[in-house]
Amino acid sequence: MENLKRVDLIFGAYTNEKYKVLESTLKKSSEQIITEMINSGLKGRGGAGFLTGLKWKFTAQESEPTKYVVCNADEGEPGTFKDREILTKVPRKVFSGMAICGKAIGAKKGYMYLRGEYQYLLPDLMAELDVYHEHAKRFNHDFTIEIRMGSGAYICGEESALFESIEGKRGEPRNKPPYPTVSGVFSKPTVINNVETFVNAVMIMKYGAEEFKKLGTSDSRGSKVFSISGDTPKAGIHELELGMTLADFVAEFGDGDTKAVQVGGASGFCVPRKKFNETIIGFEGVPTGGSMMLFNSSRSMYNVLHNYLDFFEEESCGQCTPCRVGCQQLLKGIHAVKKGEKPSSYLNQLLQLSDTMKITAKCGLGQSVANSFSSIVENFKEEMIY
Amino acid sequence: MAEIVKINIDGIALEVTKGTSILDAAKSVNVKIPTLCYHEDLCVAGNCRVCVVEVEGRKNLVASCAAPAEQGMVIKTTTPKVRRARTDIISLLVSEHNTQCTTCYRSTNCELQSLAAEYNVDSERYLSVLKPNIQVDKSSYSIEKDDSKCVRCQRCVRTCAELQHVNAITVAHKGRDMKISTFMELPMNEVVCVNCGQCVTHCPTGALTERRYYHEIWEAIGDPDKHVVINTAPSVRVALGEMLGYPVGTRVTGKMVTALKKIGFDSVLDTDFTADLTIIEEGHEFLQRVTKALKHKEKVALPMITSCSPGWVKFIEHMYPDHLDHLSPCKSPHQMFGALTKTFYAQKIGVDPSKIVSVAAMPCAAKKFEANRPEMKSSGYQDVDAGLTTREIGQMIKQSGLDFVNLPDSNYDSYMGESSGAAVIFGATGGVMEAALRTVYEVVTGREVPFKNLAITPVRGLEGIKEATIKLENVVPEYSFLEGAEVKVAIAHGLKNARVIMDQIKNGTSPYLFIEIMACPGGCIGGGGQPIPTNDEIRKKRIAAIYAEDEGMPIRKSHEVPEIKKIYETYLEKPLGHKSHELLHTHYKKRNRY
Repeated sequence: MENLKRVDLIFGAYTNEKYKVLESTLKKSSEQIITEMINSGLKGRGGAGFLTGLKWKFTAQESEPTKYVVCNADEGEPGTFKDREILTKVPRKVFSGMAICGKAIGAKKGYMYLRGEYQYLLPDLMAELDVYHEHAKRFNHDFTIEIRMGSGAYICGEESALFESIEGKRGEPRNKPPYPTVSGVFSKPTVINNVETFVNAVMIMKYGAEEFKKLGTSDSRGSKVFSISGDTPKAGIHELELGMTLADFVAEFGDGDTKAVQVGGASGFCVPRKKFNETIIGFEGVPTGGSMMLFNSSRSMYNVLHNYLDFFEEESCGQCTPCRVGCQQLLKGIHAVKKGEKPSSYLNQLLQLSDTMKITAKCGLGQSVANSFSSIVENFKEEMIY
Repeated sequence: MAEIVKINIDGIALEVTKGTSILDAAKSVNVKIPTLCYHEDLCVAGNCRVCVVEVEGRKNLVASCAAPAEQGMVIKTTTPKVRRARTDIISLLVSEHNTQCTTCYRSTNCELQSLAAEYNVDSERYLSVLKPNIQVDKSSYSIEKDDSKCVRCQRCVRTCAELQHVNAITVAHKGRDMKISTFMELPMNEVVCVNCGQCVTHCPTGALTERRYYHEIWEAIGDPDKHVVINTAPSVRVALGEMLGYPVGTRVTGKMVTALKKIGFDSVLDTDFTADLTIIEEGHEFLQRVTKALKHKEKVALPMITSCSPGWVKFIEHMYPDHLDHLSPCKSPHQMFGALTKTFYAQKIGVDPSKIVSVAAMPCAAKKFEANRPEMKSSGYQDVDAGLTTREIGQMIKQSGLDFVNLPDSNYDSYMGESSGAAVIFGATGGVMEAALRTVYEVVTGREVPFKNLAITPVRGLEGIKEATIKLENVVPEYSFLEGAEVKVAIAHGLKNARVIMDQIKNGTSPYLFIEIMACPGGCIGGGGQPIPTNDEIRKKRIAAIYAEDEGMPIRKSHEVPEIKKIYETYLEKPLGHKSHELLHTHYKKRNRY
């Protein structure tokens, strides 16, 4: 464990007084909050890794008076379950983070978009929201939060599809630009952040950017909550400092027979054992929204890929050609190669297709199918063919 | 002051207004980028990804239809990276498509087919992912839906939502199962569809087509026992040429008549005749309502709204069922024609109406549904046996092997072949209003409308909702109560505009007395049965042809047509008379919204 540093930031105990950090932060100006956020170097915890402070700044700069804060709690990435834990254990921190963001950008309304499968969390979250609203009123902070339920579509975790869904429309990604900071939910400037990002914001307000920056590396500040699953004796939620190598990670969490780790869920990258040493978990290496799936030598990587493609083929929204048809072709294609109906060289054609999807798909879903596809096919070619 | 940005497309430096799409910017310097889901009439979807281009400094390609030009952008539209991606995307579309082009109605006029040919895609490149056992939905009288030919561009969905505010077709399911469907996936005849056919004219492939009836008509023509009569709508003559080798906006009236006679129709007549009749009936209905309201202070539904457009009629039946009394009770011209064909005409030529097959050549898909309405049997038979679209007429002429371009001109047959310029302009938005005003104004004042060359310009043009005010002065004694009155009228085309007009009526804020509404953008010249493609540029040219046809007519006003005067003298007796009610008027039905 010496090369891995466990952290207890996200799940640390609440302050003695409820919403204490929020109360003290509300005394700061919008500029002070944003400057602190930018200084912290915090990058979004959903996986894409955009600088959170910058996102807040861009939204704050918009002249449109109505703005929104949206918390993306649609946690749908296969192998990711850390937001569930955060919402179960420390929902107060999430609502505080949203309220701080509201102060920073000048929004009066926030939405939490909660994954359909997390319906069971709703009563507890609603109870905490009552507590929040009571305190916000006491602090004279005009910022209300509403929870909107998803209905189980993976694509609604994509920010613009999520906005469409909140607006009551079919969850389909929009064209970008315009970006959410200019035109988000209800076409108003919007900050949308992951659950964990909002908690990080609260921690930065509590301890200060300098303290926060002591964790992690220059490219990946802070700690990260990991959802660890697969062939591991330590499956579950672990909060770790960013910047470790995958070798160190596997030494701690592997079962001694780890063949590959899928970093970042189905839309992430599959790293084979031979690359464990050179792979850093963080924005300078392989980023992750938290999902770490370990596979040992008893697993068929063909089956793993088949499973992912099956998922994407169903969870693509279906509007854009590369994603809708591309996913079907990749799945059908590896099946045909495996069965010998197509020559093994057909895999090269499929790799080219995944490249096309990466550069032409309308949103992050279609663009990222290539990540797992090419990393598995290239690293485990024999398994695809034989 | 709009901000200007400097960009470079394929080595051409240009300046465009900030926010202009890369696609439009490229078009302005004659760089053609292929598209599929893009349509000039509709909002940008950016979902087919065929129009991707490379922007220097960006890893990913961008969809040029959806991406705005930004300062300093260097854009390349034909790099190997772009070509590879486009070819891949077109191949993907082909792989989920029913590629039996040889038997497709849209073959040679299909945007996917053209793209696949242009990029010479290899059909073996990908495995077929076409869903098996797709049934063609032929439940509607007007529209056929074949999902096996759908490219999921959502042009139909956007058309139905944005242009028509009907939302009959929508997206269902996701991923591999994503498809264009209807409410609860019901068949087309069971959903709130107004049959306007705009989805058909906006569909890039053969997924949405009009239900075709020309096989039956060929059979009838070949049957010596049948007397087959066809009447052609005003807007057909200005658009048919597009299918037969003529540039957009060419009038082919004479050649069309010749071709139809050569095909073997026993009589080729002009729907314009009943358009003129509509003006007489509708004009008198309007004056009757105004007299009741203003002179006798009776409660009547005003404004009165035209009823020539069956797509519009079904729209109001579904969406505003409590306001049906505003609709003129007049049938649409071709339904009047059908009723008269099997009564007046049959009597005149001495043919048993049961042996008459009455065909209407229409720019319209909704006329097919209208012809099959149970109430359209005033002659004792189905008044109109088949409504054919301009496209079907074009197809029949192609099938006949006629050398259309070199045909001589002919005149319409009689009876019911005579008409005025006022009837011709029915084909363009504002035309019915203009035709009605030419007659009504003259009835009320005894003088011609005070517009140069009878062209009532305020009611012309492609603006979504047009307004005009006509002041009535020095009126004839019968209408003295109208002295000095200002008659405010409105014209709307495209059902989204109809909704604005109807909401005013619903709220009691409508300032108008008389309103013309056409379901299709541009009116009938932009109808759901017209040649594909249709866009504003094409609409304008067809409209110009319509007004040119009007100006070239010796008679320009409905009430001056000798045959019209004669039919009232010898058959109908008087406008709004007993026979008119029986044959020329109809009633409407309240329909649900789901």
